[in-house]
This record gives sequence, C-alpha cells and structure tokens, in this order.
Amino acid sequence: MVASERLRRTMMFVPGNNPGLIKDAGIFGADSIMFDLEDAVSLAEKDAARYLVYEALSRFDYGDAELVVRINGLDTPFYQNDIKAMVKAGIDVIRLPKTESAEMVQELENLVASAEQEFGREVGSTHLMAAIESAKGVVNANEIAAASDRMIGIALSAEDYTTDMKTHRYPDGQELLYARNVILHAARAAGIAAFDTVFTNLDDEEGFIRETKLIHQLGFDGKSVINPRQIPLVNQVYQPSQKEIINAQNVIMAIQAAQQKGSGVIAINGQMVDRPVVLRAERVMALAKTNHLVDQEGNNIEE
Amino acid sequence: MKNKVQREIPDEILSQYHDGGFQSVDFGHPTIQRVAPKVLAQTGPSKVVDSIQQVVRDTVRDGMTISFHHHFREGDFVFNMVMREIIDAGYQNLSLAPSSLTNVMNDIVVEAIEKGVVTNITSSGMRGTLGDAISHGALKNPVIFRSHGNRARAIESGEIQIDVAFLGVPNADEMGNANGMDGETAFGSLGYALMDARYADKLVLITDDLKPYPNIPASIQQTEVDYVVKVDKVGDPDKIGSGATRFTKDPKEMQIAKMVNEVIAHSPYFQDGFSFQTGSGGAALAVTRFLRQSMIEKQIKASFALGGITKPTVDLLKEGLVAKIMDVQDFDKGAAFSMRESPNQQEIDASWYADPANKGAMVDKLDVAILSALEIDIDFNVNVMSGSDGVIRGAIGGHQDAATAKLTIISAPLVRGRIATVVPAVTTVITPGDSIDVLVTEIGIAINPKRQDLKEALAKVPGLPIYSIEDLQKRAENLVGRPKPLAFKDRVVALAEYRDGTLIDVIKEVQD
Repeated sequence: MVASERLRRTMMFVPGNNPGLIKDAGIFGADSIMFDLEDAVSLAEKDAARYLVYEALSRFDYGDAELVVRINGLDTPFYQNDIKAMVKAGIDVIRLPKTESAEMVQELENLVASAEQEFGREVGSTHLMAAIESAKGVVNANEIAAASDRMIGIALSAEDYTTDMKTHRYPDGQELLYARNVILHAARAAGIAAFDTVFTNLDDEEGFIRETKLIHQLGFDGKSVINPRQIPLVNQVYQPSQKEIINAQNVIMAIQAAQQKGSGVIAINGQMVDRPVVLRAERVMALAKTNHLVDQEGNNIEE
Repeated sequence: MKNKVQREIPDEILSQYHDGGFQSVDFGHPTIQRVAPKVLAQTGPSKVVDSIQQVVRDTVRDGMTISFHHHFREGDFVFNMVMREIIDAGYQNLSLAPSSLTNVMNDIVVEAIEKGVVTNITSSGMRGTLGDAISHGALKNPVIFRSHGNRARAIESGEIQIDVAFLGVPNADEMGNANGMDGETAFGSLGYALMDARYADKLVLITDDLKPYPNIPASIQQTEVDYVVKVDKVGDPDKIGSGATRFTKDPKEMQIAKMVNEVIAHSPYFQDGFSFQTGSGGAALAVTRFLRQSMIEKQIKASFALGGITKPTVDLLKEGLVAKIMDVQDFDKGAAFSMRESPNQQEIDASWYADPANKGAMVDKLDVAILSALEIDIDFNVNVMSGSDGVIRGAIGGHQDAATAKLTIISAPLVRGRIATVVPAVTTVITPGDSIDVLVTEIGIAINPKRQDLKEALAKVPGLPIYSIEDLQKRAENLVGRPKPLAFKDRVVALAEYRDGTLIDVIKEVQD
C-alpha cells in the first residue's frame, strides 16, 4: 500500500522507556505505533529509552503496523542523536513535536537525509510527520503540512495547545473546533493524513466514543490512543455500515465490468460514477476488510 | 528408559514403580480392586474431644500417612495447628499426603522435614520456600506429584493409604456431620476432602463452629468420622478465597481471552448443551465474559460447567446460560455461598470430577477445557510445575484431568517478562501434548497437527492468526533470546505421575 493511502485509524502511544509495552506493542492491531522518546521519558532516561527503542526496532516484528517515533524537540540536546538512531534503525516515520513552522520540518528533513546517507538507508525512505501543539503551529499549519515531500501527516496535540490558548479541555471539545478544522484542511490540501489528539481519561469510554465519532465525522484519518483498550473502540466507529459496503461492492463491480469491456466510463444503472465515488468505495472496502466484515477479496463472509 | 513423551526416567526409580513409564493418554478399561478403610465402631453420644494434642496422641504413630485438604488455601490455620502438635510430640518418618500444599503451610513442612518428622510427601503441588527446599534436596525420598483425579485413583487403589486424615471444616455437629458451605470460614465444595473422608482409617474433623445435631447438608457424614475437635478458628476468611472477582483490564490478557473465545465459538463443540471448564486466573475470567456474549448471540446454552468455580460462572448459572455447575472447589466467596442456595450447583468429589479409574468421571463428558501453562513446547507438552530456574513452583491440580476434554485450549502469553512460555522442550512434562488441542497466545494460535478437523474449522475465522507451534516458539525466542540450559544434579527430588499412575517425568535437584 502506498504510504499516503494506508489506514491510520489508530496511532498508539508507547512510552520509549517501557520494555514490557514496547515488546507487546504489535499485538493490539494498531494501524500505527508511536514510540515516544519525548514527554513520556524523564531526562535521566533519554539515552536509555533511545537505545531501547533502537533495539526493539532492529529486532522485533511489528507486522503491518506503521512505526513512528516521537523524537525530542530541536531545542533539546537529544534531538540529533534521536534522529540518527531512529534513521539507522529504519523507522518508518519520525514525528516532530511542537512544530511551529515549515523551517523546523525542513531542518529535520536535512538531518534525516544526512543520517540516511550515513547509515546506508535509501535517501527519502524515512517519512516525517509534525505535531501541532500551539497557536503558532495552527496558524502555520498549511506551510507545515506542505513543508516536505516526506510528510505523511500532521497531528493535533491538544494538551499543550489548550494551555497555549489559555483554556483547557472540555467534554464537548468546542475549544478544539478551530484547530481541528485548520489542521484537517491543511492536511487535506497537502494530501497527507490528519491525526486527532489523545483522550486521556481511560475510564470514560462514552466520552472517548463521542469524541471519536466527532473527529470521524469531521474527516480525520484517525485518533491517537494511549491504551490498547481504545483501539477496538476507534475501529468500531470507523467501521463502515452494511449499506456502505453494499454500495462500495457495487461500485467495485462496476469498475471491473468497465475494465472487462475496455471502457473508461464506470456506470451503475446507467449513471456515471465519479472519481470521488470510486475513491470512497475503495476506502470503504479497505475498512471493511480490516474489520473482517468482508474477506480479502471483498466478498461477504459466510457465517 | 525414555517414556512416550521422551523423558528419561532413571531405571532405579522405574524398577520401584509398579505402573511404569507414561505410555498413553488412553486409560483403557482395566478392572480395579479398591481398598476399604478400617472402622472402629462407636455409637457416640459425642465425638468431640478437647484438643488437637489429645487426638494426635490417640491416632498418630511413627511411619503413618497423614492427610489434609487445601480448601482453606492461604487462609488455613488447621494444617499448622496439627503439624505443630505432631512435630512437638516428636513423631518420625511420617508420610504427608494432602490434596495440595499452599504457601501458608510451607514453613512448618520445611521444619518437619528438617526434624525427620516428615520423610515422604505426595501432593498436587507446592510453591515458595517449600518448593525451593525440595528442589535443593531437602527431602530424602522424592516427592510424588499427582493430579486431583490421580490422587482419588491412588487413594481408591491403596497407593495412598491414609492412616489419619485431619480435615478442617467451617461447621460440624458433635457426631461429625459437616459441610463446607456454611459459616464464617465457608469455602464451598469439600470436593478433594471427600476422598480422605471416605478412605482414611481415622478421620478427625477440626471446626470452630459446632452446630446442633444433626447438621445438614452433610457433605461429610458421621458414619465416616472418628473425632471432632473444636478450636477457636479454623481459618482467615479473607485469605480463603478472593473477595469480589474483578475482570482483568490487562489488554494482553483481554486479547488472549478474546481469541480463546473465538476458538471455542468456532469449534464444532459450541452447540446447545456443550460443557466447559475454565480456570481462576485473570484471562480465564475474561474468557467467561466473552463466552457469555457468544452464547447469548448464538442462543447456545451449556449443560454444565465443571471444576474450580468462580462467581462469573455462578452468574451464568443464574442467567440460565449454564444449566448445572459440577463443583469440586470454589475460588471465591460468591461461588462458595451460591452452592448453599442453588440446587443446580452440585458438590462433587475428586473421583467423580476427574478419576480415570472409576465407572465414569465428569471430565469424560467435558467438551471444552481452558487451561494455563508455565511452559508449552513444540510437541504441545505442558509444564505447570517447575519454573524457568528449574525450581518447583506449581501444581498439577486438575490440569492432566481436564486436558482429556474434547477441546483442550492452553491460554498463555508467548513470553512472560523475559521468559519464553513457548519453548523447544519444557523443563518438566506434566500434561502430555497428545491431550492438548490448541495453544492461544496474544499474537495468535497454534493447533496440534493431530487435529486437522480443528485446523479446517478455525481456518475460516476472520482475524484469527494461525501459526505452527514452531513459529510461535521462534517468535518467542526472537523476543527474549535463548537461555542457557538449566543445570541439574543427578539426584531425583520429585516424580510427576500421569493421571493413570505412570511416571510422566522426574524433577532433579537444581544446581545453583
């Protein structure tokens, strides 16, 4: 699957200093796994966590999950070593925290490129994403999202952002409405993914589902999760309905029929099918497959 | 000689062992002569005696076999009270034959061994300081580990000949009618102790609650009892069973439990009237919750649940999803108290539960068993007895017995911490791979190649990753590496019997 097309419903945060969680991170079906070298790790453990994550990436099989690492910010003494170690380990995506400008992404890109050369990685193979955690970052979201060809997504990080905005998080999420929409538009305009922020109260399952439904409705690719228990809840929200699946199957069949006829025009019941409809059908089928609502060929599963 | 699970059993041990090495999980249809206890006739009017000291003086002689039950688990006071009197009286060369040994009994057993009071032990298992002492050669004669069903068999056949059984009970009357379900220290089913009650030459009940005569229901009947001793307290209610059972929130355990349920729900045995046994661990309790959901969705009800019972299983009974509970022990207060109330929760003894040498045991009718493992190897052999350091720290329990179910599922994490659970060869074989059908780990399942039918049935389950057990073993090794082989001395410190009385493995003294 092309990097930009892959499903990214869940990005699971895994503290980089927790060997137990790092070892098991691959078993919960997260679409992306984000190893955290930044906020989850105390100053005394920065080097140890980097070493631990490096070893895990070099040794463990995380299956189809996209592997992301949140490095320490460029104003820290850990920034450069984090980049080198993670590029050397062959990480899929480096996530830059507290991103406020395109220049920050470009500086990261330069360091990643030289690390790729240093460690014999294919230049351009390491993707980037940016976390937006401040008013300035939201205001500059468009340029950040478009700052590099390596960018695969931008994420809202609401804890720092709400502090910067002199507010805090509320159950209805009104305080995030502007930032969410700005980030979403910046991502879509740049053709990359948009990730929503974490929901920290693990015991409030209802609130988590409510928030996930909201960001799903807005159009986010997915949500950041801090516990494996949240993963099936997100997947449930993102799961297509039976009606959506039947519609998508009809579109796919129409595509196949058109291909057989050698026709460039896709039609259902004489109506032409537009490209956006095709794209939506493909996404619905991808979601249906990953939720085991249809088999890998797109056929209904017999009970 | 190597037995059928490729374990080397030293000839000098095998030559003393009438049943030989393990051959097969199939018990066949032998004719068996049982033994019967000696009975000293009496007519009462009361069997109550003043002190444990007196009853020990009256009954115990050097070289005898004495027994206890472990239904009080970590809250047991009786074992220590009796053993204290026995040690202080200076008895020698006793054989200790309890249904199992819990941690609260460890220190006094170690003392009894050191003083020559106890020279032989048979038990379901042992842990902690006692397991450590045995593994370091504290006892001259090897300990014999037997499953609950095998202990019943060995008692019936006379291989375990109990001279005096000391059984703590939460209530009894002056003639010895007693049960496990009433009173402050109630633990529910007396399942394992009922064997001792029926076969011991002398039966001593120890209670802190003397009830008016006649005390019913009488799980233990006065016809079997020689003495009743009244003490201040037989146990600590808070340590007998866990209080309110809490479902696990551990995502890994949940993941395993969910997959276990997938395996059950897609197996050919998941039909109306099926039967099952689960354990008491966090994952097992979570399985019960998922299973409940599947039963409701598919409108399937179970005919019975078997074995050690927990509150979640009792809830299924109340909900009508399980018709009967066949109860050999209860792990929590909810299960213990419900036995008193529910006519559909039947107390069963260890023979009825799991003995291969009778005219039919409950496990013979069991469809699905969910069991745990310390280690499982690429031949599906399971170890529930010795730790990764080779030291004894477990119990057979009903493992070998329940594993004869039509679908036996081992639920275990691929690795625990830095220790692999799926290994090339287990340290000690307790349950032979021939009786294991499916292993469920957090990353996926492995099906015993002998079960092609299950392979076909489960291949269609969406989102259920199926590996070969060799693959799972390699995945585990990849995570934690391959440890240096354990170093053992030549001396055998314990024997593990299979449920038919044959030797399935030996445990050697550890080399530190």
